[in-house]
Amino acid sequence: MTPLTGYLIVAALIFAIGLAGALTRRNAIMVLIGIELMLNAANLNLIAFWRYSPHPELLTGMMFAIFSIAVAAAEAAVGLGLVISIYRHAKTADVEQMNRMKG
Amino acid sequence: MMQEAIAFTPQLDASSIARWLWLIPALPIVAAGIISVLKQPRRKLASNLAIGSMGISLLIAMSAFVHVLSGWSNGHAVREVVNFSWLTVGTQAVELGWVLDPLSAVMLVMVTFVGLLIFIYSTGYMEHDENYTRFFCFLALFAGAMLGVVIANSILLLFMCWELVGLTSYLLIGFWYHKPSAAAAARKAFITTRVGDIFFLLGIVWLFAQTGTLLFYDRGAGSMEPLALGGLLVHHSHWGLTAAGAIGLLIFAGAAGKSGQLPLHVWLPDAMEGPTPVSALIHAATMVAAGVYLIARVYPLMAAGAIAPGTTTALTVVTWVGASTAVFAALIAVAQNDIKRILAYSTVSQLGYMMAGLGVGGVAVGMFHLITHAFFKALLFMGSGSVIHGVHEEQDIRRMGGLRKYMPLTFLTYAVGMLALCGVPIFFSGFWSKDAILESAHSWPLSHAPYYMLVFGAVLTAFYMTRQVSYVFFGEYRGHGHAHESPRVMTTPLAILAVFAVALGVIGTPAWPWFRAFLENHAASVEMHAFAEPAWLMLLLTSCVIVIVGIGLGWWIYGNKSPRSEEPDALQKAIPPVWTVLANRLYIDELYGATVIAFYYWWAKVADWIDRDIWGDMVSTVIWLTNHWARLNKFLDATMVDGAFDKGCEEIYNGGGVLARIQNGRGQIYLRLLAVAVVILAAILIWSGRP
Repeated sequence: MTPLTGYLIVAALIFAIGLAGALTRRNAIMVLIGIELMLNAANLNLIAFWRYSPHPELLTGMMFAIFSIAVAAAEAAVGLGLVISIYRHAKTADVEQMNRMKG
Repeated sequence: MMQEAIAFTPQLDASSIARWLWLIPALPIVAAGIISVLKQPRRKLASNLAIGSMGISLLIAMSAFVHVLSGWSNGHAVREVVNFSWLTVGTQAVELGWVLDPLSAVMLVMVTFVGLLIFIYSTGYMEHDENYTRFFCFLALFAGAMLGVVIANSILLLFMCWELVGLTSYLLIGFWYHKPSAAAAARKAFITTRVGDIFFLLGIVWLFAQTGTLLFYDRGAGSMEPLALGGLLVHHSHWGLTAAGAIGLLIFAGAAGKSGQLPLHVWLPDAMEGPTPVSALIHAATMVAAGVYLIARVYPLMAAGAIAPGTTTALTVVTWVGASTAVFAALIAVAQNDIKRILAYSTVSQLGYMMAGLGVGGVAVGMFHLITHAFFKALLFMGSGSVIHGVHEEQDIRRMGGLRKYMPLTFLTYAVGMLALCGVPIFFSGFWSKDAILESAHSWPLSHAPYYMLVFGAVLTAFYMTRQVSYVFFGEYRGHGHAHESPRVMTTPLAILAVFAVALGVIGTPAWPWFRAFLENHAASVEMHAFAEPAWLMLLLTSCVIVIVGIGLGWWIYGNKSPRSEEPDALQKAIPPVWTVLANRLYIDELYGATVIAFYYWWAKVADWIDRDIWGDMVSTVIWLTNHWARLNKFLDATMVDGAFDKGCEEIYNGGGVLARIQNGRGQIYLRLLAVAVVILAAILIWSGRP
């Protein structure tokens, strides 16, 4: 069986890729994809820790991950909605142009 | 114990007239209260109120007198007291009350009668004064207070009324307060009598401490009754005095202040600055007699423990002070030129006679002279007022003269008063009362000196009165304008008083010593043979010699001479040094000025210095320190506290500006910051979690 460290390394890599995407991409859609990647890296960690925990028969990690996916889905929907609405308004999806969030 | 309001418990044996006796002082006081709220132009109403209240008081006083008289003629010693407790402090009740006995009855009738006449006279004398209403307010208040002194059975009530009398005296002497001399005289009278009153108050406190009661007569428990007096005699004080003697001396000091006795007489002559009716009422007939009356009232205390009559320490002092005052004031009266001042010194002198009479002969002797003197001295003062009125407010006898032609009625009545004061034998009341004093002084066991002093005083009295009358009524008129007789309202009281100045003698002759018997509660009988006793004939002869020498000398020097007003006095030409000393009132005022008042000024200066340079400097030092401490605080506050706060605010503002630059509205920058923060957080967790 693959050791826990392997999963954690994969999750960390996915997280790092997601973070890099979110921080560097200009396209808002790409930023959203980066965020989805980070969320899924976290989900992978949850599942891995659950699987290697002393009591895997309790479906706690699984439940957590499913909740997280549900929340991520909702978040993706909202985020996509926002991006579309900004696009309609400003005719661009470039995050560098979106500078009107000052309070 | 509950603090009760005035609990009124009249004693059962008091008759209804005694129970209503309080009305006598209350009526004039109420009248004074009403007058005080009247408007100034309501003159007629004011004087009517005062005279009406005094008239009713006179009627009540007369019926009280008749009541006592009927009791006396039935062989009862009437002494009815009504006591009530005024307020209760702890277990001690402060008790007040009044007494109806021969002494107070006689005095009541005298005060109300003379007072009423003087009130009526005042309506004429004060006619043109704009403060007529105020005058009658004060006059009525005075009469009420004086009557309160007379009926008081509690030494505290007596003292309260006594002080009220002093207050009204002050108000009336200073009635023309716009004259600086009147204002000064009022202050002098008030302060001088206060000196005596302090001793009086000490005596009251001591008496209360010793006997535990404020009442004079309280069915055997009062301070003037044998039980308490016995206790006072047992208790010894300093200098070989019994407590009774010491208290008696303290009370006498108060009486001396009020009655113008020797060391404290200085205020009485100055008191003549007041309107003449005031001089007549207060400073001749009633208030100054209050001191004599007080001694008569506490006579059992003064005489307690005497082996022979008049030999206690207290009474010896009273006698000597009285006799010295009599001579001393008569001497000064010789060299005065103000018509009222002569009478004032004469009053001081006669008060000395009364005191000496009390000392050597007892209550009856002193009181008899008090009563007769009240009538003829009021007569003389009102006569002098009439004279002053008639010669256009001139008071210097050198600028009068010949007035018997212009003011016949005033002259006649004045002559009666003058002859009564001189003690012209047989026909005038002054003779009988002065005779009684001389007789008692002659038989005083301790010394004969007071007798000779009093005889000498009597010669002087006859002399200075003759001088005054010669100056005023004989010779040529030397004043300004035309002298005129006074209105009927002023001369009628004079005539009534003149009748009494003659007739009162009847009640005190040796043949029918009714007055003495009445006051001392024994029956009086007519014994004509008393006139034939050699001792009395000797006295009659002495009196004749006194009067003849005094009047003769006076007439020889001053009679019908009509000197010009600038011319020096006949005596002044004969014996200038003596005259100068006498004219300057034996320098007593100067002596007080150089000693008591100088010391007072010095002490006031010391106090002023302490106040200014010690207390004042201490206070200003504290002020200076506080001021500078406050300045320091202000500096610290302005620079340190405010500066620090301002700087802090500025830095926060600047910091806000820096942070605001980060919030540039770009989501990705926020995200980056978030990532950096997460990395830092993770690094911290990693490096702190692994040791």
